[in-house]
Amino acid sequence: MVQKENKIKIFAIVPAYQEEKTIAQVVRSLKEKVDEVVVVVDGKVDRTGEIAESNGAIVLYHLVNRGQGAALETGDQYALENGADIVVHFDADGQHQAEDVETLISPLIKGEADVVFGSRFLKGKSFVPWTKKWLILKPATILNNFLTGLKLTDAHNGLRALNKFALRKIRITQDRMSHNTEIASLVKHHHLRYKEVPVRIIYKKYGQGYLAGFKILKELFFDRFFR
Amino acid sequence: MIKVIILIFIVFVLIRLKIKYQRKEINSREAIIALIFWLIVAGASIWPHLTDVVAKIVGVGRGADLLIYLSLLFLFYSFFQIIIKLEKIDKEITEIVRAIALRKIKKDK
Repeated sequence: MVQKENKIKIFAIVPAYQEEKTIAQVVRSLKEKVDEVVVVVDGKVDRTGEIAESNGAIVLYHLVNRGQGAALETGDQYALENGADIVVHFDADGQHQAEDVETLISPLIKGEADVVFGSRFLKGKSFVPWTKKWLILKPATILNNFLTGLKLTDAHNGLRALNKFALRKIRITQDRMSHNTEIASLVKHHHLRYKEVPVRIIYKKYGQGYLAGFKILKELFFDRFFR
Repeated sequence: MIKVIILIFIVFVLIRLKIKYQRKEINSREAIIALIFWLIVAGASIWPHLTDVVAKIVGVGRGADLLIYLSLLFLFYSFFQIIIKLEKIDKEITEIVRAIALRKIKKDK
C-alpha cells in the first residue's frame, strides 16, 4: 500500500455502542486499509469490545455511555498520543464502506486538504431514500452550512478523515450527535483546508430516525446560548 | 386558618434550620439568608397588607401577585442554572471517562 511505504500512519476511529453484529466485519475490512483500527466501546453492554479485539482492533472502553462525539474524541486523543498522521472517522454499524477510505485520505496524503468529508450526494454514489433525502438531509445540510459557514453538500454522514494538523486543532466537545456540525464549525474557525469526496453509504436501518435532527438542534441550541 | 398552618410550617422549618446549623451542615451565611427569607414569609402571612405596600411601590396591583411574579422569576432562574450546571457536569464526566479509557489502554500495552 502506498501509505505504508511512505510511513504515514493511518488510524481508523470507530465509536461503537451495541454493535456486536457488525463490528467484526467492519474491523476486518478496515484492517486492510489502515495501520490501526481503534474501536472506542462507548459503554460496555454486549460483546462488541471482545469481538473487535479478537479481530485485531485496539479497543478503548468508556465506562459509561457518553455518546458518539465523546467516543470519537477519545479515539482522536489516543491516535494523537500514538503517532497517527491521519485519522478516519468510521461508523461501526456497517453503513460506511472501507473501500472509501482510500478516496478519503488521498487528498490528505497529497497535501491538498487538512480535513476530507465524505458526501452521499456527490456523483450519486449512495442510494438514499428520497423522503430521507428531501425531508431531513437536505434541510439539515442547508442549516448546517448556515450555522458553520462551510459549503458542504452533506452534513451528517460521519465519514471523514483528518490529518494530524487538523486533529490537534479540533477538539470535539459535543458528546452526542451534534459533533458533525461542531467539526465543520471548527474547520471554519481554524481556517483549515477542506474537501468533499463522494462516498457510498449503505442504509441498514433508518439512521438515527426522523426525530434525531431535532435532538441535534436542541444540543446545538443549548451549547450556543447557555455556556 | 391558612395563617396558622403557614406559621406552624415556618416554625417547623426554622427548627430544622437550627438543627442543620448546629450540625454544621450549612454555614452561617446560608443560615442567615434562610432565616431572613422565612421571617419575611412569616411577616407576609401575618400582615398580608404589608405586601400590598411593596407591590404599590414597584407598580404591581396586589401583594399576592408580586409574590407570584417573584417566585416565577426565581424558578426560571434556578431552572436555567440547573441546566447549565448539568451540562458542565456532563462534560466533566466525559473527561473522566475518557481519561480512564486512555489510561487503561496505556497500562495494558
